[in-house]
Amino acid sequence: MGGWDWGFALDILPALLGGLLITFVATVLGSILAYSLGLVLALLLRTGFTPLTAAVRGFVEFVRSTPLLVQLYFLFFVLPQTFGIVLGSLTVGVIGLGVHYATYTAEVYRAGIDAVPRGQWEAATALSLPRLRTWTGVILPQAIPRVLPALGNYTISMFKETPLLLTIGVLELVGAAQEEGGTAFRYVEAYAMAGLFFLLLSYPATLLLRRLERRVGLAH
Amino acid sequence: MPENLTVFIPTLLDGLPNTVAATAGGIVLTIVLAFGAGLALLSQRRPVRVVSRIYVEGFRGTSEVVQLFFLYFSLPLLIGLQLVPLWAGILVLGLNHGAYGAEIVRGAVQSVPRAQYEGAIALSLTPAQRMRRVILPQAVVEMIPPFNNLFIQLLKSTALLSLITLAELTWQAQEVLVPLYNEQAFTILLTVLVMYLLLSLAITGAMRLLEWRANQMLGRRPSARSRVDALASTTGGV
Amino acid sequence: MDSRTDAPTGQARLDNAQIRFDKVVKRFGDNVVLRELDFAVQPGERVCLIGPSGSGKTTILRLLMTLERVDSGTIQVCGQCLTHMPRGGRLVPADEKHLRGVRKRIGMVFQQFNLFPNMKVLQNLTEAPVRVLGTPRAEAERKARDLLELVGLADKAGAHPSQLSGGQQQRVAIARALAMEPEVLLLDEVTSALDPELVAGVLGLLKDIATSTDITMLCVTHEMGFARDVSDRVLMFDKGVVLEQGPPQKLFNDPDHQRTKDFLRAVLHD
Repeated sequence: MGGWDWGFALDILPALLGGLLITFVATVLGSILAYSLGLVLALLLRTGFTPLTAAVRGFVEFVRSTPLLVQLYFLFFVLPQTFGIVLGSLTVGVIGLGVHYATYTAEVYRAGIDAVPRGQWEAATALSLPRLRTWTGVILPQAIPRVLPALGNYTISMFKETPLLLTIGVLELVGAAQEEGGTAFRYVEAYAMAGLFFLLLSYPATLLLRRLERRVGLAH
Repeated sequence: MPENLTVFIPTLLDGLPNTVAATAGGIVLTIVLAFGAGLALLSQRRPVRVVSRIYVEGFRGTSEVVQLFFLYFSLPLLIGLQLVPLWAGILVLGLNHGAYGAEIVRGAVQSVPRAQYEGAIALSLTPAQRMRRVILPQAVVEMIPPFNNLFIQLLKSTALLSLITLAELTWQAQEVLVPLYNEQAFTILLTVLVMYLLLSLAITGAMRLLEWRANQMLGRRPSARSRVDALASTTGGV
Repeated sequence: MDSRTDAPTGQARLDNAQIRFDKVVKRFGDNVVLRELDFAVQPGERVCLIGPSGSGKTTILRLLMTLERVDSGTIQVCGQCLTHMPRGGRLVPADEKHLRGVRKRIGMVFQQFNLFPNMKVLQNLTEAPVRVLGTPRAEAERKARDLLELVGLADKAGAHPSQLSGGQQQRVAIARALAMEPEVLLLDEVTSALDPELVAGVLGLLKDIATSTDITMLCVTHEMGFARDVSDRVLMFDKGVVLEQGPPQKLFNDPDHQRTKDFLRAVLHD
């Protein structure tokens, strides 16, 4: 029952890798949602239309200050019950991750946009560039590259939070580990390997991001 | 619906003591480890720095859920040590968030201007005195906004302890109330979310007070910009 | 240029004025920067604004460029009202659409150049003509290359702004402003951010533009030599009002006000 069994570890490896795949899918889709929704939120907060910005700010603070786990439960029950929307567990999980992390990325985008020098706005005004073009041609091309390292960091964080999805029935890495461990009541190999996967994937990614951060810092 | 709240709220509040205990215990352990490991990262001795770096990267690089499950489910099988959920939770919360805290401490200490070190050396203070009387007081002020965010992260992480059977707020909502009142899940979960929000605000209020006090002792005002920068840099799951 | 120096001052020819400020007041918080300012600029006139910082000179340019709004008073540009527009028989504060219509006839060059770093030099010049004037891209590029030739940077069309010196960037900025074929060119201390050795190049270019085109130029500058060489009229500002104005010979050699004398003495001494 105790100790380490290499045989068992190898036996469960395929299942864990299958779970890891789901983890990747959830992370990628969740990130896409977080990156796009976050930008939308950041832009909404700049409209200066007080009822809207107050509502958005309230929503952002609420989601940011409360546990993702409870938000996942909330979506899992409320979407079908109150709104009649029936979705698969993975979809609900991706929405939960995406919306939660959008509230973080919104702040990142805000900082990036604020960092674009005022003179750029003024030059665009002096040239009478239309507002939309000013955003797409001048401001965002300067703001977004600067914040890519921070966005990348959030993807890595999201990757490490995907295990929460097991609570709503998604068979990602830790969920798979839990299942496999349960078959023989051997949890040491299962969770240790899951932890190792996270470390082996997120640590190099973090190092890469730090290097990117330095390069972006130098370019500006 | 309001009548049901009179049933829900007391039941949810039954979980509050554990949430508060886990948060408080986690914060204490986080602070201890953050300063310990953070200052160790700045040590002159290489082995000390390396060990600390391994701790920091190890706990930051793995998932908190895995750390929790390993401690609570695997460790008993490995070395026969079974911790009760609350202590297992506090331990993981502290270890995990202490690793992030170590970076906050390290960053803040390094941001104290070089001139302060040189002034202290010129006054013949010992390294320990230098750290305690000159550097740390100035660094601590810089640390407060990022620690505010970290502690709110920690509060949110206490919800995970419901997965190892601790009867805190989320457990009360998800394991006690929702099975009984399935159709009321919206109300139950929304209420518990609001409770977490209120606790978050309480933490932020306390930290603002601390910041004001710390600035008072240094004779200056807090900058709104440091709070905003802290928000943008520390992250969910940093 | 000579005929213009003995022409009557702007005040007397308000009806033909290309730029006209009428009792313009501008406040920043409690600080009143422009106090019921009246002044006018004739078409093709070269006007330099001098004076201590905070006297309101840059604010005038920023109001013309719609980077700020007036608190009261009106501004007319090229026969149209910039600050207000007609609606239902009355004059109401102008909206963005109206501002954009009038603004297209004005160009501005900034102290900090403000070139778009995410675009190459050529695209910096073609961006506005293509997007705003609807010029076909090929034609815009042709005109852009001509302008780069004019400013002496024909070979830098494919370079990034960050690869150019300050003086080169400012010359590109001037070309960019001219690409919109404005009737009025605003120059806001355009050499103040440059290394001393690069200043002459930019000033020389501006002198060429002054002699070879009809464009109305309104400059805020500390370069007194430039002001003396190029301008038809110099306005000395102090505390939000025009202290005195006149042709450069008069203002520099024999000013009426003591304040002007003191200012010129201080500036020309360094």
